[in-house]
Formats: sequence, structure tokens, C-alpha cells
Amino acid sequence: MSLTELTIADAASGLRARKFSAVELVRAHTDAIDALNPRLNAYITPTREAALKAAQQADEALVKGEARSLTGIPLGIKDLFCTNGVRTTAASNILKNFVPPYESTVTANLLRDGAVFVGKTNLDEFAMGSANITSAFGPVENPWKRNGDDAALVPGGSSGGSAAAVAAGLAMGATGTDTGGSIRQPAAYCGIVGLKPTYGRCSRFGTIAYASSLDQAGPMARSVRDCAIMLQSMAGFDERDSTSVNCDVPDYSAAVGRSLKGLKVGIPAEYRAEGLSAEIAAAWQQGIEWLKAAGCEIVDVSLPHTKYGLATYYIVAPAECSSNLARYDGLRFGERVPGDTLDAMYEATRRAGFGPEVRRRIMMGTYVLSAGYYDAYYLKAQKVRTLIRRDFTEAFQKVDVLLTPTAPTPAFAQGEQSDDPVQMYLNDIFTVPASMAGMPAMSVPVGLGATGLPLGLQLIGRPFDEETLLATGSALEQAAGFTHRPAIRAEATK
Amino acid sequence: MSLDPATVRRIARLARIGIDESDVPALQGELNGILGWVEQLNEVDVEGVTPMVGTGHAALRTRPDVVTDGNCRDAVLSNAPDGVGPFYTVPKVVE
Repeated sequence: MSLTELTIADAASGLRARKFSAVELVRAHTDAIDALNPRLNAYITPTREAALKAAQQADEALVKGEARSLTGIPLGIKDLFCTNGVRTTAASNILKNFVPPYESTVTANLLRDGAVFVGKTNLDEFAMGSANITSAFGPVENPWKRNGDDAALVPGGSSGGSAAAVAAGLAMGATGTDTGGSIRQPAAYCGIVGLKPTYGRCSRFGTIAYASSLDQAGPMARSVRDCAIMLQSMAGFDERDSTSVNCDVPDYSAAVGRSLKGLKVGIPAEYRAEGLSAEIAAAWQQGIEWLKAAGCEIVDVSLPHTKYGLATYYIVAPAECSSNLARYDGLRFGERVPGDTLDAMYEATRRAGFGPEVRRRIMMGTYVLSAGYYDAYYLKAQKVRTLIRRDFTEAFQKVDVLLTPTAPTPAFAQGEQSDDPVQMYLNDIFTVPASMAGMPAMSVPVGLGATGLPLGLQLIGRPFDEETLLATGSALEQAAGFTHRPAIRAEATK
Repeated sequence: MSLDPATVRRIARLARIGIDESDVPALQGELNGILGWVEQLNEVDVEGVTPMVGTGHAALRTRPDVVTDGNCRDAVLSNAPDGVGPFYTVPKVVE
């Protein structure tokens, strides 16, 4: 088997058994990036030379028996994580030459455990989007193809570059961030596993902020076990993030494959929403049958405020983004456009530096926070958010985990969806509620639809119970036997 | 609630995003589309509901009010788009 087809778990044992070296493993991936990135655009900044150097050090550690969980494993890093000395752009022109003088906590944790970063992956500008088409560095192409159709499909967003890179074998795993579904939805569109941990589980220090009360880093990989291995490294308390929660990080790998006997799985009625494609409804039913067969009890539950999740999100997230992105003023970092006065400089800088979606969300947020409208929009949304969280809390008194579709449709083609922002926002209808409530959730690929595209199911768990997600996700993964691979991938170019 | 062109210009000004007069109609349409759609929240009865700030998994921690990242001036200034010596520059603000 080609080195770009291995799981992280198998590569880690292969490295220890000296079946191949870290340099060979990393080179296979950097070669794949050289070959495929001009087409897929999954990476904004490949870091080939640094990766090969890190791979040599990984080999030295392996020889000395000092290998850690991710020693020599090539990972892609979403270009929203600050990496010391490596350009970090957030896919925005305003940060196109920004080189952080420090390392985010999540990437520092991965480096501590020996990971090798092969590049910074593309995303929607400042993580605002559901199709990876708002990047200042161009759209990402989904490596999957519809049967008999060469149309370029979107990889989902905002972590679309990470999802495409992992699916195509340009990284063994990648970091993502999820604000309203930005890990889970692209994972579903690209046929990989993506996990958004509980808010507070992974540090947000050094991750470029979009909406601070929602943003959460998480792993994206080709198996549930690989996500467990990555999360083990990424998670943990961090003094430097005031929202980081100080509680023990369990052994996530131990949860993978755990028995599900007696587990209660909730099926929320409200997720049978309008716009849910027939094939995704069928995949959902299949998932229910598989979990039954694995010993789970299926329980119907209600999350009555589900339909208000998206509207709440599109008040809360823009409000927070308008505040967070106020720092991009052309003064201390980022690109400056000169002006005669300070205000003229701000206005010119922010007009040139931000793309249309970012400008639109900043303006939405400015409006909902402005005098006279704060109560009608922002305060109201915060109250609805309380009700959304209450729905989950009540459901979790009856069940251990929820099973839903991840997205209402499979991946669509670039330019196929309407230009109406509200239509685009509907892609996140199933992922946003768990984000609003801060619950952990993951997407697992369970099959292919009629056109040959991957379909994902979402699991939502109790706060800090990522273990149940991993256990249930691995049961789905095993039952589905999802071994399909995309048309465009490293192995296929050989 | 419907935004008029003057309000669109005012929001852009508050957000410090420069817009041309020709941008106003499109922005007005898009923002009104989103605002019209979020009006559905008016159906929800929020009487007596406490607003949710953050996700409530833990209380915000505070730390001692001390400098913790001192002596890295050059790193702090390293991305300044226009600096002079150990300073940031801005256009003249006082005549």
C-alpha cells in the first residue's frame, strides 16, 4: 500500500517497526502536494523544506526510541493557526504577509508530540463560509467527482483545504476549526472523519478568532481512531485561553471500539427538515439500523428550537466577528492602505483587505450591536441560544448521544448554489445547533450517494464526552466499511 | 425592519469599512435579506430567559494583572506595516 493511503495509527506502527522512515513518509506527502496542489489548491503555503528537516529529526528520535504519539506523522495545519515563523493568512489579503512570532497552543501540542507540518491549508476567509469559495487565495477543489462528471465540486467549508488534503492523501490528518460546522460539514463532503470537541476542550490561544464563543479546534482524519490520536495531542488545559476548561483529558483511543451495549441514541425529530435529500435520509436510517445492531437503544427525542439555530448563529457570529476583526486596522500588523487621515486609512485598509463575505458579516455584526438594535437582535439571539442549549441538556437526560445527518445534501459544484447568502448559510443547518450549545460533535462517512459522493452522519454528545462520540463513531465506521477513495488522490497519480 | 441607504452608509462608517456609493444598493439588498430571515426569531417566546454568554461550561478565569510577555518588543513590532524604530506610525491625527 502506498504511504499516502495509510492511517496515522498504521503509519505510527510502521515507523516504529522501521518498515519505512519518517523522511520517506513525509516525502511521499510533499511529493503528492507538489503534484496535486496546483489543481486542488488545498494548501496556501506548503512547507516542504521545513517538513523534510523535521522528518529527519523524527527519524533520529525513532532511532533513539524517543518517539511520541505523532512522531514523523505528516499533518496539514489550517491556515488559521498561528505557526511561529511560518506565514499565517486566514485566507485573507489583510494578513497575506503576516508571519506570527509565536505558536498556537494546539500546534505547539502537536509539535511536542512529534508531528511534522507539511503546510498551511486553505480555508474560507477568516473561516467565514461553507464551501471554501471565499478564500483570497482561490477556491479549493473537492477531490471527489460525481459519477461520469468532471465538474469541480466544493470541499465544504470553512476547513475545506484541510478536508481536501486529508481525502486526497496530501496529509495523514489535519487541524480544522469549527464555528458553526466548519469541521463537520467539509468532513462529510470529502468522505473523512471530523470532530469538533466540546467548547473549551482545545485551547483557542493563537488561533485567529472569528466568533470567540463558538470557535473550537478539532482533528480531521481518515479514521475515527486517527481523530482520537490527534485529539489526544490537541486537547488540554491552557492558562493562556480564559475559556479553556481545566478538566482531565481521558484516553481517547481506549474509547474507539468500546462496546455500545445499552447506549441510548437519540433521534431528533426536528432534523427531518425540509431540503434533506432522500439519499441522506436513507443513510440516516441505515445508521440507526447499524447502531441498533450494535446493541444501542434508539429513542425519539425533540429539540424544538433546532430551526432557530441558524438565525441565532447569523446574529451571534457576526456580532463577535465585528468585534474580533476590529483589530485589522492596518496599524500593528497586516496590509495597510494609506489614507490622509486615520479614519481614511482604516476604511481604505479594511475595504481592500477583506473580501465581500467578511465585509458583509462585519457590517451585520456592527448593525446588530448598534444602539437601538442591540436588544432586538443581539440580546434576543443570546436568549434563544439559551433555549437551544436547554433543548440539548434535556435530551441528554434521556439519551447518551444524538445521531443526525451532517449536511442536508452531498457536495455541490462551484457556482451551483445561488448567490443569495441565506441559501448558502442553509448548508450548516444541522451543524450549527451543537455549536451554539457548545456540545462536542463529529461527522463520520457512512456511504456513497447515487452520484457517487460521500455522505456523512453526525453524532452529538454531552459536554466533555468525546469518548462516546468516538465509540459510537467507530461502530458506524465499522458497520459502514467506508473504504471508498476520491478520484483525485496521491495514489491514483502514480 | 428594513435598512435604508443612509443606514447602510452609517453601518459601514461605524465598521470603518470604506464603501462607494455604487456599493450601497447591493449591500442594502443583502443585509435586508439576512435581517428579514432572522426576523423568524420573533416567533420565539424568550420571556424570562437568561441570555447565554459563552457556553457556560466553566466560569471565566482571571489572572493576576501583571506583564507576562515582556521583553519581546521586536517580535511584537515584526509585522508592523510601517514602523519607525521601536514605534508604530499612523497618519497625522492632530493638525
